[in-house]
Amino acid sequence: MDDLLAARGQMALSLAFHIIFAIVGMGMPLLMVLAEWLYRRRGDLHYLELAKRWSKGTAIMFAVGAVSGTVLSFELGLLWPGFMAFAGPVIGMPFSLEGFAFFLEAIFLGIYLYGWERVSPRAHLAAGVMVLLSGSLSAVFVLCANAWMNTPQGFALVDGMPAEVDLWAAMLNPASLPEGLHMLTAAFCAVGFAVAGIHAAALLRGRTPDFHRRALGIAFAVGGVAAFLTPLTGHVAAEQVAHTQPVKLAAMEGQWDDERGAPLRLFGLPDEAREVTEYAIEVPKLLSFIAYADFDAEVKGLRSFPADERPPVAVTHLAFQVMILAGMAMMGVAALGGLALVRRRRLADTPGLLRLIVLASPLGVVAIEAGWTVTEVGRQPWVIYKIMRTAEAVTPMPGLWIPFTTFTALYLFLGAAVVVLLRRQVWVADHPEAEVAHE
Amino acid sequence: MSAALVVAAVILVALVVYTLTAGADFGGGVWDLLARGRTAAAEHRLIDRAIAPIWEANHVWLILVVVLLFVCFPAAYAGISTVLHIPLTVMLVGVVLRGSAFTFAAYDPMPGGGARRFRRLFAISSLLTPVALGVVLGAVSTAVEVDPRTGRVVGDFVSAWLEPYPFAVGLFVLALFAYLAAVYLIHEADDEALRVIFRRRAQVSGVLTGGAALLAFLVAREGAPRIHEGLVSAAWSTPLHLVTGAAALVALWALHRRRDHLARAAAMLQAALIVVGWGLAQYPYLAVPGYTIEGAAAPEGVLWPVLIALAAGSVLLLPALVYLVRVFKARPVRGDG
Ligand code: HDD
Ligand code: HEM
Ligand code: HEM
Repeated sequence: MDDLLAARGQMALSLAFHIIFAIVGMGMPLLMVLAEWLYRRRGDLHYLELAKRWSKGTAIMFAVGAVSGTVLSFELGLLWPGFMAFAGPVIGMPFSLEGFAFFLEAIFLGIYLYGWERVSPRAHLAAGVMVLLSGSLSAVFVLCANAWMNTPQGFALVDGMPAEVDLWAAMLNPASLPEGLHMLTAAFCAVGFAVAGIHAAALLRGRTPDFHRRALGIAFAVGGVAAFLTPLTGHVAAEQVAHTQPVKLAAMEGQWDDERGAPLRLFGLPDEAREVTEYAIEVPKLLSFIAYADFDAEVKGLRSFPADERPPVAVTHLAFQVMILAGMAMMGVAALGGLALVRRRRLADTPGLLRLIVLASPLGVVAIEAGWTVTEVGRQPWVIYKIMRTAEAVTPMPGLWIPFTTFTALYLFLGAAVVVLLRRQVWVADHPEAEVAHE
Repeated sequence: MSAALVVAAVILVALVVYTLTAGADFGGGVWDLLARGRTAAAEHRLIDRAIAPIWEANHVWLILVVVLLFVCFPAAYAGISTVLHIPLTVMLVGVVLRGSAFTFAAYDPMPGGGARRFRRLFAISSLLTPVALGVVLGAVSTAVEVDPRTGRVVGDFVSAWLEPYPFAVGLFVLALFAYLAAVYLIHEADDEALRVIFRRRAQVSGVLTGGAALLAFLVAREGAPRIHEGLVSAAWSTPLHLVTGAAALVALWALHRRRDHLARAAAMLQAALIVVGWGLAQYPYLAVPGYTIEGAAAPEGVLWPVLIALAAGSVLLLPALVYLVRVFKARPVRGDG
């Protein structure tokens, strides 16, 4: 394996792994706070039990999120010293602020997890809200850094290095707000659906229905609302991409020729050798409209860009399709849930819907991984769009397949361990007698 | 004082805090590994309790060091992480295994063989990681060379750290962390038998720490001449050595007399001074000999805003941190947590 490919693989793997735990750190606090709030309002002990169970699961995920995030901050230098030597100072502000947001999150999570008996009920709920706010804030800061890689600004190039750095302009670049909003809604959507699926499965097996019904209600409400918001924020992101990164848009859509009134393509397989996209269902003029709010706007095609400045088209296009389809599917399930509520049916009493929720539960995470593939692979061959190529950023270190393989094995192992543990947490919720006090 | 120097000082302070907090967490893992016999279960419980409530927050100091390095000294960060790729990766694997294995063991609702194996993994990686950290710190004082023509680091990814000196530092860091943990654990214990055990261990590891320090110092004459030079002949070196040595002796004496509070204060002072001494001996280098603090610094236009953001952030953070400590120092108010 060539070293550049191994480095890209390792970075992709580490980020894809970290993001799963990061979204849990963003989404779970909302679910826990809602459960605790309902308990305080209604005095229903099931909600208290729920908040405690969920916070145990979250602690496991938070720990793995923290260590995998620590790995990432080193990996930026270990794998991409050329990138960091250039970009470090420019994206310093969001990374410095992210540290504080994370610190706040860790402090209040500590109080939330271990403080049930130590602080007043109000202070406890407030600590939960702080975890929620600081977790989301920390994600937004990191996203500013990523957005800068897509739409770099806030510096002048002197002898190939940045000068006259304007930290705030770099942080508040055109992609920051769209990416940040889209990521936040996506995280709540994915976590809501994943948790709803777990409890729906338990309900189908007929376990402690009072507990799981309440859990399902909260999680599905959060996931369902976010499932409608995410495509909206995604649309804002797409407009942004269309204006600042036309080649990424062309790759997402498999658009080869410049075209007025370009169609939106569903499915389809781009063939990079022959420069065509086959088997697509084309909706006339819709792409022009979505991207530029004008049915006859011109969309640039891939052929307008030199071949060595095009991203891998097939991967970008397919990943984009996966994200959209997953999003549509979740929106559909959310709509059915809404309909059931309007008809005054309980979710828990509609096995068909429960089954659908179980099926849909991984879709949010799938869409997030796919969406990141669009963002990152669609930026290639640049690590900083139009400024630095990924190949110039990589470390000269040879034999990179070794750390790549090591981290792959490590993350597979950790992933499996997390799954086993979370299953046990769910299981003891139904079989409290099986829980063993620690020695 | 230049902005670059202020940032370097902040990095040093963060390293001191990391040593005093996360360092002791690693040390806790070492004692977990060595827990034997009748009291083993009680020792595990004690270590659990001491680590659990705060551990997530502790790595933040290391992150702060890394972020400040890449924001304020980007060339040095790139150079160090290129030449020391291998020990840094080993350290990372250790950090990941340790953090997750501890959590897996602590949060298993049905602890059995699996939880026991994770505990073991936690303990073993607690042993590995400080050594790797020490190797990195040792190599940063010796062999990060830069080609003056290209401005890039030179080296073969191995020879910079596969030397006696970095490993001597690794050993020293391990001993120091274990010593700190033992001293802290005396306080956390609520039963005299455990206190006796950890006083004994603190004494032994305290003496070992001294021995490891001496070893590193001796190896440094050949292996890290600049550090050695700084430690022997700089204006600050004699007073610093005297105070550090005095703190070490006070700590050992206090352990002997069961003056646990005094022992903890003295041991913390000793550890802090050791890190500060290392930093001073590095001055004016960030990484010897390739990167000086002033030479590797980002433009002032970056450094000052970042420093201001740090100051503002700390003002926000401090009350939260104080609150956390107050909450956990108090015994549970309402029943058993
Ligand atoms: C639950 C997850 C989810 C769902 C349902 C969607 N997305 Fe998404 N999308 C993400 C999760 C995501 C993401 C993983 O969070 C990304 C990666 C980077 C980012 O900021 O968000 C992303 C990136 C991303 C980008 C690239 C942004 C860039 O490169 O700067 C675009 C254009 C869209 N999305 C558009 C959409 C549209 C039009 C959707 C309508 C159905 C949609 N997304 C649904
Ligand atoms: C290159 C990319 C990234 C880096 C370098 C990074 C870095 C980190 C670090 C260092 C930590 C742990 C802090 C500590 O232990 O002191 C962390 C945790 C976290 N990161 Fe990331 N991160 C990255 C990407 C992301 C992304 C894209 C998101 C969200 C969208 C995110 C959200 C979080 C959250 C919420 C946490 C808290 C831990 C948790 O809740 O599980 N990170 N990250
Ligand atoms: C957590 C969500 C993220 C995921 C899943 C993700 C995914 C990926 C993938 C798949 C690649 C490989 C692309 C390729 O080489 O073809 C990559 C590369 C990279 N990503 Fe991300 N990314 C995420 C967030 C971020 C953030 C927040 C940052 C920066 C602050 C970042 C920085 C990088 C860098 C420096 C590279 C290597 C250079 C490159 O390939 O362009 N990523 N990421």
